[in-house]
Amino acid sequence: MPKVTVDGQELGVPQGATVLQACEMAGKEIPRFCYHERLSIAGNCRMCLVEVSPGPPKPQASCALPVAEGQVIRTDSPMVKKAREGVMEFLLINHPLDCPICDQGGECDLQDQSVAYGRGASRYDENKRAVTEKYMGPIVKTVMTRCIQCTRCVRFAEEVAGVEDIGAIYRGENMQITTYLEHAIQSELSGNVVDLCPVGALTSKPYAFEARPWELTKTLGIDMMDAVGTNVRIDSRGRQVLRVLPRVNDDVNEEWASDKTRHHVDGLIRRRLDRPYVRRNGKLEEATWSEAFDAIKAVNAGSSVAAIAGDMADCETMFAAKALVNALGSDLLEGRQTGLAYDVTSLSAVNFNTTIAEAENADVILLVGTNLRWEAPLINTRVRKAVWKKGAKVFAIGPEVDLTYKTEWLGNDASLVAKLPKAALDALKGAERPMLIFGGGALAVPGVHGAGLALAKSVNAVKDGWNGFNVVHFSAARMGALMLGYAQPGGIKDIVAKKPKLTFFLGADEVDFGAFADSFKVYVGHHGDKGAHAADVILPAAAWTEKDFTTVNTEGRVQRSEKAVFAPGDAREDWSIFRALADALGVSVGFDSFDQCRAAMIAAVPALGVEGLVDYGWAPPKLDAKPEAREIGLPIKDFYLTNAICRASPTMQRCSDEILHGAELAEAAE
Amino acid sequence: MLADKDRIFTNVYGFQPWNLKAAQARGDWDNTKDLMARGQDAIIEEVKASGLRGRGGAGFPTGLKWSFMPKEPRADRPSFLVINADESEPGSCKDREIIRHDPHKLIEGALIAGFAMRARAAYIYIRGEFIREAETLFAAVQEAYDAGLLGKNAAKSGYDFDVFVHRGAGAYICGEETAMIESLEGKKGQPRLKPPFPAGAGLYGCPTTVNNVESIAVVPTILRRGAPWFASFGRENNKGTKLFQISGHVNKPCVVEEAMSIPFRELIDKHCGGIRGGWDNLLAVIPGGSSVPLVPAAEIMDAPMDFDGLKALGSGLGTAAAIVMDKSTDIVQAISRISYFYKHESCGQCTPCREGTGWMWRVMERLRTGDADISEIDTLFDVTKQVEGHTICALGDAAAWPIQGLIRHFRPELERRIRENGGVMEAAE
Repeated sequence: MPKVTVDGQELGVPQGATVLQACEMAGKEIPRFCYHERLSIAGNCRMCLVEVSPGPPKPQASCALPVAEGQVIRTDSPMVKKAREGVMEFLLINHPLDCPICDQGGECDLQDQSVAYGRGASRYDENKRAVTEKYMGPIVKTVMTRCIQCTRCVRFAEEVAGVEDIGAIYRGENMQITTYLEHAIQSELSGNVVDLCPVGALTSKPYAFEARPWELTKTLGIDMMDAVGTNVRIDSRGRQVLRVLPRVNDDVNEEWASDKTRHHVDGLIRRRLDRPYVRRNGKLEEATWSEAFDAIKAVNAGSSVAAIAGDMADCETMFAAKALVNALGSDLLEGRQTGLAYDVTSLSAVNFNTTIAEAENADVILLVGTNLRWEAPLINTRVRKAVWKKGAKVFAIGPEVDLTYKTEWLGNDASLVAKLPKAALDALKGAERPMLIFGGGALAVPGVHGAGLALAKSVNAVKDGWNGFNVVHFSAARMGALMLGYAQPGGIKDIVAKKPKLTFFLGADEVDFGAFADSFKVYVGHHGDKGAHAADVILPAAAWTEKDFTTVNTEGRVQRSEKAVFAPGDAREDWSIFRALADALGVSVGFDSFDQCRAAMIAAVPALGVEGLVDYGWAPPKLDAKPEAREIGLPIKDFYLTNAICRASPTMQRCSDEILHGAELAEAAE
Repeated sequence: MLADKDRIFTNVYGFQPWNLKAAQARGDWDNTKDLMARGQDAIIEEVKASGLRGRGGAGFPTGLKWSFMPKEPRADRPSFLVINADESEPGSCKDREIIRHDPHKLIEGALIAGFAMRARAAYIYIRGEFIREAETLFAAVQEAYDAGLLGKNAAKSGYDFDVFVHRGAGAYICGEETAMIESLEGKKGQPRLKPPFPAGAGLYGCPTTVNNVESIAVVPTILRRGAPWFASFGRENNKGTKLFQISGHVNKPCVVEEAMSIPFRELIDKHCGGIRGGWDNLLAVIPGGSSVPLVPAAEIMDAPMDFDGLKALGSGLGTAAAIVMDKSTDIVQAISRISYFYKHESCGQCTPCREGTGWMWRVMERLRTGDADISEIDTLFDVTKQVEGHTICALGDAAAWPIQGLIRHFRPELERRIRENGGVMEAAE
């Protein structure tokens, strides 16, 4: 542990740390633009210059300089002050003075640092440089004249997102950052470059000119677009959510968020169900809450009730619905809308056991039937890190997709899980930390789950301190639903077979509603999508930003999200709908407030009361281990349009059109 | 004056063919095997003893540089020698002459130097504009391969060594050693951060030494004639012979091999036929290629042309490319043109150089016409100080120094132009 002196303060820093890190440990703020903890070091902005002795008699870039025993670092000397002022002046000479019309204003590194470290005035009298606009796709708005060439976006695209779409062209003061031939960035993570950009060169296109940062109310939330459970900050003004930004959580999303997480928000104010509807004469008509409840009561279903949870259902909602269904004398609950029926006798066998953070330490990885890039983009970045930084080897079974890293495709045949090619099997057996990841598409094939568990045993994937058996879910509700008992042994087929007279759909839009033709369908949700179209009664509920809730991500991590805004119109929070319905149907659910609802839920499933990873205990069931020899299909057909909110979002629609179907559109236009 | 028998580059004017046969007649490739048989450490020691300092401009001791390379390269991480033939410094034209007329000196040097530093191969990165020179070099390397002097068991020494010639695409910055490595790897030519130094992680992440063409080409002769012979030329710490390139206002501009530390006056009078219009007509000299500060006539005339002598004058030997300017020169325009060159060639990676070179050039252009304020001279000087020493590579320094030299020595001229221009403006009002 080298000892260094920072501004007279002596401290020990870890071997291999940089001078910048040492200064931060000493509590000194070092201004920077190009340096970012999660990206490689570029050292090109020269803002972090400090004085280091022993060393050459000139300021050193602290971000790139490793600490050495006995270094004396000064961050407050006249040389450092002058160096910072000089670099700041250079950065500003060609930076436009358009802060009043720049979306970065108020959260701009350049603004803040020029106030803190710059000179009062400029000595530059020449004309400023202007740069032609670049096109980076539907998410990223560019004003490249503002660019200070820090290359954070270039490094992010190359290192984290794994697409080589952004780069620099030309040289000297004509250097410009652009996408390859000005195509849209072909990545599901492109929105992160907006956060990374220290100036207003890359800003959010959908959020352009919407708000100033100081007008926004910030609420801590958990994203429900996929099962990663990205920690987010919901920025709202009045009753509208204006944007969603990732929060730092090294265990889950580091500090990234997928484009879907960030930009589905404009779907929250479109196609909303803001009042109850009742189907009369085959047509959905507006109704009051009591009319809607009366219609449900009139079914007289008795105990012939069921509830199907959708992909974005939270734990409290599912618990409230379960309480009602139970009170009515039924236990027909299911969350796997599309018909999956894997065994859930032990949740450890359907959990992402390695944990998201540990996934980057795996050395040999087998992916089965999953497009990780779409099903869990931020788990994919971890796998990419394992490959890119630590040299992990990846094998995959299933339809070939571009996962942004080198993958050895073994073929699209589910039976391969039971008889892996020798090379792959040997690699897994020889691995210190082997990791198997099964997607929803794989679990849909009978026998794969059992074969996977057998494989995990044979390659010794589960051992002390390492559990390499993983199932990756793409539905945010999944693990919570399974913990709350939303699972029938035969999946949704069992429910259809019981022919319930009354079925509640908790935001479930992907169900085959034809199978429920004889059931009275009550849709409790927030968007007018497939589920609402099929419903007999629609009860308007709150979207994820409009309620407090608990959710469990695919690694079994219990997380809580807070309410940012109120639901629109007559829509109510879900738990209160079921509470009121209980009265209407003459039963009791046992709670009168949200807090009571949550307390009852925790009483029923104690694990939901503790934020953090749930220990399911490794107890794999004995399952049929003979997978059928058939192709695996991927569950997600369009990354940007996976749920009702996204489908209502113009931004997501634009992304889908341009990024996924751009080639077809261009062809059609010709 | 250097005696003909002491010249290393005996065909620098191309009076004889460059090919292998002629080169062998001149003594190249003569028993290279024996030179290598002395052993790697002995060769490095000999080069160290000769006092050879890098001929690319910085003057780092060559033998010392080689000794930084790993003594036992790992099989999966071979060492490389990269030879910098991206000679783009305005005023420099020595490597061009070597490659044109004496390429086998370079290739033999590559083998011996590569062997001494235990490199697997040498990459010669040749400037893109050197089209005929590249053709010569390709052909010469092929000749060496055909004669068994390169490749497996190179020159029957039992050592396997390859030489690859790589053509640049015309970027000055690719002459910076780490930018050259980036460019060789197929990336945008931008200097890397140091540390790690190339000797630790260079080309493809492997230990690499980057040497100038001249530094490598003199090695076989040093070994043949011995370090004491080489060290017998020049002053202490500035040993050896050197190719000087004199351009500008002399009667006969030339490239000539001379002993280090030769006084400037002797160099010009003996080889260049004197200054155009006599010594009284001399205005200033840029003694080491465009990136070193100029030296006014009075100071340079009797100065020794070597690293330390010119450093004492606030300039540098650089590549020993002296640009001589007589009193007909518009010195401000000359420096402004150099300033434009650096603006044009800045890679754009780091802030001070990217933004500063353009700023400096624009102010220089106004100073040229006098369309400026006197206080701007100090501002400009301050800006050059803000660039110098704040950048990743030395291009920032190179852009700053000529202007600093100008302001240091020709400030009255700058002020005169501003005053005269201001007078015109006032009269017009």
